[in-house]
Amino acid sequence: MNTANRKIFFGNGLPYADVSDLTGKLIVIEGTDGVGRSTQIAELRKWLEIKGYGVTTTGLGRSPLMSDAIDNAKAGHKLNVYTFSLLYLADFADRIEHEIIPALKAGFIVLADRYIYTAFARAVVRGADRDWIRAAYGFALEPDAVIYMRIGIRDLIPRVINSDDLGEGYWRTASDGVIDYWESGMDMRLGDDFYDSFVRYQRRITAEFDAMAQEFGFTVVDASKKFETVHRQMKDTILGILEPPAPAAPAA
Amino acid sequence: MTRRFEEPHPYPGRLIIVEGIDGSGKSTQLQLLHKWFKGMNQRVFFTEWNSSALINETVKRGKKKNLLTPSTFSILHAVDFADRLAHLIIPPLKAGMVVLADRYIYTAFARDVVRGVDRDWVRDLYGMAVRPNIAFYFHVPIEVSLKRILTGRVALKFHEAGMDLGLSDDPRESYRIFQGRIIDEYGRIAQEYGMTVVDGTKSIPEQQRLVREIVAEQMKDFQPAPMLR
Repeated sequence: MNTANRKIFFGNGLPYADVSDLTGKLIVIEGTDGVGRSTQIAELRKWLEIKGYGVTTTGLGRSPLMSDAIDNAKAGHKLNVYTFSLLYLADFADRIEHEIIPALKAGFIVLADRYIYTAFARAVVRGADRDWIRAAYGFALEPDAVIYMRIGIRDLIPRVINSDDLGEGYWRTASDGVIDYWESGMDMRLGDDFYDSFVRYQRRITAEFDAMAQEFGFTVVDASKKFETVHRQMKDTILGILEPPAPAAPAA
Repeated sequence: MTRRFEEPHPYPGRLIIVEGIDGSGKSTQLQLLHKWFKGMNQRVFFTEWNSSALINETVKRGKKKNLLTPSTFSILHAVDFADRLAHLIIPPLKAGMVVLADRYIYTAFARDVVRGVDRDWVRDLYGMAVRPNIAFYFHVPIEVSLKRILTGRVALKFHEAGMDLGLSDDPRESYRIFQGRIIDEYGRIAQEYGMTVVDGTKSIPEQQRLVREIVAEQMKDFQPAPMLR
């Protein structure tokens, strides 16, 4: 792969990291909780492995260094926008250096279950300076593609409020089918109850994402569509990067 | 981007911070200043680098198992700082009180850059920090700091000697190289941010006299009054 013309870092990089030979591809899947990211990613992984590609996945808050700290801090509900953002930044830095760069060097396809854009949206919606959060993530690698699974609030609600253990569940950290305290923006007191808060919070997050989709040129897929339709679109995008069509032969 | 610490803070309180390498005597000087304020019945708060409960288990574990990279080391200290800023620094400043900080953002600017992070990046990371009213930098030569540290204990700590950077297998030699680079970086920072440089080789009472003089001069118009709006 020719990386000579490619922008490697999002901003100010990691001066001490060797990123000269990243032969893999970094593919980012963005979208809110309940949109079906994990199911899509699991299927994409299978499909890519059948095609013979080495695949690894990474996701927010999964670094061994930080995952306990993040869970504990979130359970305490004492975070502000800076501590919240910086905890995730530490998690991200740990994964960039210990997972993502090594995997890309080894030629793997890295499927990132959310990336810096979620962090940007969360921080901005909570009142942080847009330039601050972007500068903080300066050492992030520029992805090869960002697929944004977009969904409107009307389609999202029946997907997240569908669990029997809702009453207890929303206090926990994110798990499928349950509204999470932070994903409802409850820390911001946006509404009297978590439902109102969720609706307002998700609207703001979606507005941020729509603006970023323009700014950064995301591939937007309509995630309210059937699983198969969404899946096909995602596969097409990924194929366009892994196996770009050969330039058409000149007419004889 | 806007770095808040590039402008004076808008709060009625006063923030006084000390910086310097390990063994520079900065903590001793700050403690004496603390006693002085208390002796005058001034309401005064104290906060210390790397002391927030939010993250110190992670930092400890990370250091012990050598899991930290220059970036994660830097960001974890920023988490600690942001937590203390929101809970221990800004509220008393708003209430018109005096806050004393043992190490501040300049520790990160000096140390993390020597560890290898980008100079602008770390300044942006701390963009939410308020600017101190008075910032003292206690300057000592390496050998003085080394001697002072080793009078209290037998060995140097792994991270204070910069052993994670692979500069030398000998902890003392590594300490000299690592802390020497930090001193160079502090020198630049003291200029950049107009810090008050104190000669840390002078006697303790001599330094404290100078520190109190400067603080008294800078605070002569200070009226403790809470911000109300």
